[in-house]
Amino acid sequence: MDKTPPLPPRDSWTFSPDVNAEIRRAAATGIYDIRGGGAKRRVPHFDDLLFLGASMSRYPLEGYREKCGTNVTLGTRFAKKPIELKIPITIAGMSFGSLSGPAKEALGRGATMAGTSTTTGDGGMTEEERGHSQTLVYQYLPSRYGMNPDDLRRADAIEIVVGQGAKPGGGGMLLGQKITERVAGMRNLPEGIDQRSACRHPDWTGPDDLEIKILELREITGWEKPIYIKVGGARPYYDTALAVKAGADVVVLDGMQGGTAATQDVFIEHVGQPTLACIRPAVKALQDLGMHRKVQLIVSGGIRTGADVAKALAMGADAVSIGSAALIAIGENDPRWGKEYDALGTTPDAYDDWHEGKDPAGITTQDPELMKRVDPVDAARRLHNYLSVLTLECQTLARACGKSHVHNLEPEDLCALTIEAAAMAGVPLAGTNWIPGQGGF
Amino acid sequence: MRTIDMATTPLRDLNSTLQAAAASGEGQWEIVNPKGSHAVAVGLDGPIAVTIKGSTGYYCAGMNKAAKIHVTGSVGPGVAENMMSGHVIIEGDASQYAGATGHGGLLVIKGNASSRCGISMKGIDIVVHGNIGHMSAFMAQSGNLVVLGDAGDALGDSLYEARLFVRGSVKSLGADCVEKEMRPEHVEILRDLLDRSGAEAKPEEFKRYGSARQLYNFHVDNAGAY
Ligand SMILES: Cc1cc2nc3c(=O)[nH]c(=O)nc-3n(C[C@H](O)[C@H](O)[C@H](O)COP(=O)(O)O)c2cc1C
Repeated sequence: MDKTPPLPPRDSWTFSPDVNAEIRRAAATGIYDIRGGGAKRRVPHFDDLLFLGASMSRYPLEGYREKCGTNVTLGTRFAKKPIELKIPITIAGMSFGSLSGPAKEALGRGATMAGTSTTTGDGGMTEEERGHSQTLVYQYLPSRYGMNPDDLRRADAIEIVVGQGAKPGGGGMLLGQKITERVAGMRNLPEGIDQRSACRHPDWTGPDDLEIKILELREITGWEKPIYIKVGGARPYYDTALAVKAGADVVVLDGMQGGTAATQDVFIEHVGQPTLACIRPAVKALQDLGMHRKVQLIVSGGIRTGADVAKALAMGADAVSIGSAALIAIGENDPRWGKEYDALGTTPDAYDDWHEGKDPAGITTQDPELMKRVDPVDAARRLHNYLSVLTLECQTLARACGKSHVHNLEPEDLCALTIEAAAMAGVPLAGTNWIPGQGGF
Repeated sequence: MRTIDMATTPLRDLNSTLQAAAASGEGQWEIVNPKGSHAVAVGLDGPIAVTIKGSTGYYCAGMNKAAKIHVTGSVGPGVAENMMSGHVIIEGDASQYAGATGHGGLLVIKGNASSRCGISMKGIDIVVHGNIGHMSAFMAQSGNLVVLGDAGDALGDSLYEARLFVRGSVKSLGADCVEKEMRPEHVEILRDLLDRSGAEAKPEEFKRYGSARQLYNFHVDNAGAY
């Protein structure tokens, strides 16, 4: 008789090694896991969409020859001085404190070279970024760290942050390790203590109050600056409609893959809707109110390539915004620091303990030695290169669809690879005319 | 003294006139018929004196710098929010979030203030002659909040380095807020603020509250406190 063949060890899907490791970590520490970055799980995304390209009924534009515009104007609704950008890709709000001074400077320089805007974050405006950013969006956050009327007037636009995709409904957290004298001074708090950034604004509660808050900000700044409202991807139809009602010039919509400097892993992975699922409801809200293209929509959360940019625009966004990708472009998680990532118990591309302030790449840190590793001029060049590639890729796709401006991309140019993506993006499943939830066969 | 009548002057004209006057640094202004308007006399930056005859809506004197603003009536939510410096005096009552996130200057409320007075304050001094509502000085970072009357529930919840002085009763203290010893330097701070705000009270009648600093760095053993 043959012996019964031995079965190989079998991992459980439910209790996978990852899950078990987290149970052991929790049991050892008694504290939830805090980390930076965005959702790491796979969710339906732009990769699940394809462009159809030109064919018998659509003719393409000549690459390198025929013009394909990429400029965008933001804030045409009420602001006396709307923002003019050369490319539809902006740099998202990332706080000084979570990022080092040289990293902020690099973002400002790189964005300026590319003809786009950069954004402050929780912690106020630094000279590095104001000085090096031709167009700077100033965030108005619940914490109001460093908020003052002079910086408000020095800004080119104001972004009222209601939520972030990584943590809709959550506040910020900057752990004591990163609170140096400079960071503490800007935030008016003692050095070395954990800084919680509130999850709600201190002086308004709903869209009716926000409308009055916006009136105040406009009165303080002479109705010059575009006012953005940033929301996490929670209830995109109603959030967008209410932002319009409250008087926004621009709505910034950040899906669940959006990065953060630090929050609970459970928040990052379990709250909010995927970016892909947020865009069409937001566009629908704008269309229902007759405000599409009048109130501009900026989409963020997991934008990596020119294809992502083009797909977001085709779905109706006016521009996109990038956080994580910009950090990677300037050197975050770079394999050249492999040994040091190893020493921290991680690997390049997986490092996410940004809250600890030990970033070998010198970007998500306040350590004076580590931050020297970012050369703002060189890093800016890399960011500029990267933004150029995103733009060229986006134009290439737009021309292939016969569009003379990237804003002419439309949902009809797309199909979806999965039923989920078809339903979320509101475009047909490839090979069919079926948009789940909208009839068809 | 120049007078602006809000019955005939749009808000935009009012604020731009006052902002220009503040920038050139001089003048005494009187605003009549505010009738509960929002965002009155916001963003002023310079040592002018403005008297508002009547009551205002939200965010009166918002982000004030250097100006002296006197409201003869009551004010809506967020009076003197994010004030940087200067002096704001309210003869009547103030609604929620009075002095929210203020960085400096002196806010005097001669009536009562509602909930969340001094929320997230960052250096402002606030003196309330009457009572204050619940959750006042929530996450207050620095500055002084002086209350001649009583304080509502959860005073000073999660506060940082702000000092709270209350003469009357405190319904309850918020997380990490404790009564502290009144040392001579605190008596001096208080005497000066009472003096400058025209309050008839003696420093000795007050109790001081501040942060126990137990929640400054997150520790799981404190999770029950949140
Ligand atoms: C290091 C870091 C810091 C951030 N800080 C802020 C902030 O201060 N305010 C804010 O609204 N969003 C903040 N965000 C979120 C970004 O503005 C943006 O929504 C997000 O990064 C977009 O997703 P992406 O990273 O996939 O591009 C931060 C993100 C990162 C990665």
